[in-house]
Formats: sequence, C-alpha cells, structure tokens
Amino acid sequence: MNFPLSIESINLTKRFGDFTAVDSISFQVKKGEIFGFLGANGAGKTTAMRMLSGLSKPTSGSAVVAGYNLEFQSEKIKQNIGYMSQKFSLYEDLKVKENIRFYGGIYGLTDQQIKEKSEFMLHQLNLGGSANTMVRSLPLGWRQKLAFSVAMLHDPSVIFLDEPTGGVDPVTRREFWQLIYSAADRGTTVFVTTHYMDEAEYCDRVSIMVDGRIEALDTPVNLVNTYKVKTMADVFVKLARKATRGE
Amino acid sequence: MKQLIYFIRKEFYHVLRDTRTLIILFGMPIAQIVIFGFALTNEVKDSRIVILDLAKDETSRAIIDEISVSRYFDLTGYLNSNDEIERTFREGKTRMVIVFPPQLQYELSHNKSSTIQLIADATDPNVANTLVSYASTIIMDFQRNTTGLSFPLDIKTEIRMLYNPQLKGSYSFVPGVMALVLMLVGAMMTSISIVREKELGTMEVILVSPIIPFRVIIAKMIPYLVLSMINVISILSLSYFVLDVPIVGNLFLLLVECFLFTLTALALGLFISSVSDTQQTAMLISLMALFLPTVMFSGFMFPIENMPVPLQLLSNLIPAKWFFYIVRDVMIMGTGFDQVWKETVILIIMLIVLILVSIKKFKVRLA
Repeated sequence: MNFPLSIESINLTKRFGDFTAVDSISFQVKKGEIFGFLGANGAGKTTAMRMLSGLSKPTSGSAVVAGYNLEFQSEKIKQNIGYMSQKFSLYEDLKVKENIRFYGGIYGLTDQQIKEKSEFMLHQLNLGGSANTMVRSLPLGWRQKLAFSVAMLHDPSVIFLDEPTGGVDPVTRREFWQLIYSAADRGTTVFVTTHYMDEAEYCDRVSIMVDGRIEALDTPVNLVNTYKVKTMADVFVKLARKATRGE
Repeated sequence: MKQLIYFIRKEFYHVLRDTRTLIILFGMPIAQIVIFGFALTNEVKDSRIVILDLAKDETSRAIIDEISVSRYFDLTGYLNSNDEIERTFREGKTRMVIVFPPQLQYELSHNKSSTIQLIADATDPNVANTLVSYASTIIMDFQRNTTGLSFPLDIKTEIRMLYNPQLKGSYSFVPGVMALVLMLVGAMMTSISIVREKELGTMEVILVSPIIPFRVIIAKMIPYLVLSMINVISILSLSYFVLDVPIVGNLFLLLVECFLFTLTALALGLFISSVSDTQQTAMLISLMALFLPTVMFSGFMFPIENMPVPLQLLSNLIPAKWFFYIVRDVMIMGTGFDQVWKETVILIIMLIVLILVSIKKFKVRLA
C-alpha cells in the first residue's frame, strides 16, 4: 500500500459478558480516505467506533489510530481525533461563539487560534452574522454542519462521525457531504457510519458489519459488482439478511 | 489549567441562563429560611392559660404579673376552685392551668419552700413541655430576682435554658436549613448537570477529547461550590439580620465547615450522577436519598436520641447529621474547633470515600 495508514484494526473484539458485540474485526483505513462503516442496528458498528475513539476499552485485539497505539497512547489519539455523535453534540443554551470557544478550549487551543478558526469557520458556513445566536434557535441542518465544523476545530487527522446526518433533509445532507469532502481533501481521514445508502456511495470504501463481523469491505462499485446487484442498497439488504441476532 | 477555565465558564453559562435552576438555587434557601424560621416554628406564642390563685397574696400576684406580660402566654381568666380545672381543659379553653397554693407566701417565708402547680394539656406533648418550661423559667426568674429582698428561697429544681434562653425555635432551624439547602443544591444540581450531558450526548464528545476525567469532575464541581457558598452567606445573613440568630462562634471556622460540607454534597451528587442515566432519575434519587434522610436524621426536626437504635445507627451515615452538630456548636454555642474536630474528621472521611468511589465509577463507565 502506497498511502500511509490512518487507522489499522487488528482482531479488535468487544465482549459484554457472553455477548460478543464486535467479533475480531480487522481492517485498514488510508489517510484522507472516506471510510463508510455500515451495518444494521445491533451489528456492532457503534461499539467498534466507540473502541476506536477511546470511549470503550477493547476486550482483545489492538488498533492504531492516527498513527498511535490505541492501548498505550490514548492521550495522543485523543488530541488527534474528532468525534461527532448521532446525538446533537453542541450546547443549545450556549451561543455559537461560546460553543466554539468551549470545544476549542478543551482541545487546548489558544484564544488567538480559537478566534481565527471561528472566523474562518463561520465564514465558510455562511454563519458570519450568527456568532451571537443561541444554538437553540438555529435550524437543525445548520446545527449539524456547525457541529461537524466544531469537531474539526483542532484539525484532527481522523474524524469519527456516528450517523451524522440522521433526521436532516436531503439538501442539507448534500451540503454536509460537501464539508466531508473538503475535510478529506485537506487530508483528514473520515470514518463515518450511516444508514443512508446514497451516502454509502459517496464513500471511498465501505465495510458492512453483520453480527459483529465485517462481512464485506471494498469500494462501492466493486461491492455492487461482486454481489451482482444494482445498488449499494441491494448489497446491504443481501448481507444484512444473513444476520442471526436481533437488535 | 486553561482547559479547566473554559469548562468552568461554560458551566456558569448553563447555570446563569437557566431561570429554573437559578430560582431553585437562590429561591430555595430564602424560602426555606422563611418557612422554617417563621411558619414552621415550634415556638409557642400567646398560649391561652388560666390561673387558679388560691393564695391571693403579694407573691402570687407578682408572679401572675410576670406571666401575664410574657408574650408566650395569653392569660384568659381566673378559676375559683379546683373543680373547675378539669372542665376548663375539656372545653378546650386553656393549654395550661397554674395553681398557686393557699399559703404561698406563708410557706415561703416560714418553710422557705413551696410548690406551684403547673397543669398542662399534654395531648400535644411538645407544646405542653414548652409551656411548662416557659412558666418554670418565669417563676425561677422571679425567685432569683426577689432573693435577698424579702425572703431567701430554697430552689429545689432549676431549669435553665442553655444557649437559647428565649427558647427560640429558629436557633436550631438555621443549622438544619443550611444542611438541607447545601445538600440539595450541591447534590441535585451537580448530578443533574452531569446527567444532562449524558442525555444530550455531549458527555461523549467531552470524553473523546483530551481533557482528563478528573478535570471534568472538578469543572463540574467548582461552579456549584461557588453558588453554594453564596447560599451559605445569604442564609447566615438572613438568620442574623432577620431572625436575630446570633453567630457566637468563629465565623471563619463556620465558613470552612460549610465549605467542607458543600464538598461532601457535591461528591454525593457525583456519585448519584454515576448511577443514573436520566435527569429524572438523578432528581428522584437526590430527593429520596437525600432530602428525607437529611430532614429526618440530621436531628433538627426529630430528636435522634428518641429513635430506635437501628435508626440511630443509620443516622450516623448521614453527612447532614454531623454538619448539623458542627453548625449548632460553632454558630450557636460558640465552641471552637477542639469541640467539633471529631465531626469534622467524619465529614472529611465521607468526602474522601465519596470522591474515590465517584472517580472510579466515572472511569468504569468508560470501559
């Protein structure tokens, strides 16, 4: 492989008692890649993502994230990754400006950096006049885009997005993906879970999890060809049907 | 360090923008002080009493004068014979009858001893007790004041109302209300503010960030520590200026002890937040597990000595009990640290245990 690796998972496993949520998954993500992480509800993708982002300790296996060892260099990893969850991750009772300052602050940015970055970001999002608006009064689509930009504030080399576009209208989703593309162009690795199959097609490569294992991993085009179907949705349905465990 | 400042600033925004929280924070202490200090007082005022004066001499009249000017009693009438006592009580016309013996002055001057009978309606034992002690105090005062003038008296029983000579109820309510308010504000607000972030999903984002969990805990505690200390000061000023409760002991020691107790309450809040997943749960646990035990077992409403032994033992686990003793001793009796160090050590141990358990739980959640 010519590109430097950004994420490498080796037999990563998570058990809760008798239940194996994530069953020895191994994969590699290249730097600057947009990596789609698909799976039905309960397939284990959120657990896998939580392990990679340091929210949950693996039962066994190892991983390298952003060039650092998950087990021994978790502090370094935290400094170099961003995270945006399916739940809305900004404070609604804080102004736009204050949210940016808070997240910049806990990532250790200086006041000067925060100021410059927030000006740039608000300009990019066309939110220039809304710095003093309460996040509560922004439309959902704007908030999601803002949350993404805030998660990118400290220039992470990997960003984890857990169903970032849930409940957002198609136009805003497209705009949201524009942000993802531009982040990837700047060299950020994007690790994204989604339930929207059109979004899966936007990804460079896609993995599909079934019952805690990675059942398929390839570019969307290759997957469609391999499974001899027409769309990514068909691939997903074909694979997800194999699932034996419920939610 | 800067991380911490950004975090604390954010917490203050949350508090200051949430009117409901603000009302609870600052309204509760004032409401409590007013309710406990004025309305819920166990002080007895203007109780109807009647007198059966069989002596009708100088001494009995002097005592009756003293009693009738007292604001605790409302002298509604005189009886003429023993037979009327029972009926007066039954008709609910009086709470207490004071009976002066026929030979009061004679007995006092010849035997230097006599007995005045205080008959109280003990259907409400607390009121009866209070009335009897009020009357006894007045009679004792009278005896002391007249000693040496006309006749020295043999005082058989001496009742002295220590530290609270006027038997003001508010004296013991102030430490109680303080314990209650600090416990509720500290524990409930901290636990809710942490659990809210869990509910919103922002806690995950914080945990992914490089900020270490210990700092998150500190950042969550500091704003409520500051607000609680403001509450301490407002409660103390209210009781000092409005309820006329003196601060006899060292003010600095008192504030330090309040600080310690607030920390304990905040640590309890942390603990509650680590076992609850929704704000409702956190609020319910705070109310059920803190409010009731604080009221019941801190000793400011129900005397602990009168409880069955198992409950007495249980009361030892309630931080508010020890805090109540400390505040009562320091603020009202004016004792120094040498008298409250044991209670202080107990609180410190509780605090350390709670913090250790909470930090451990906070980390376990990450695994």
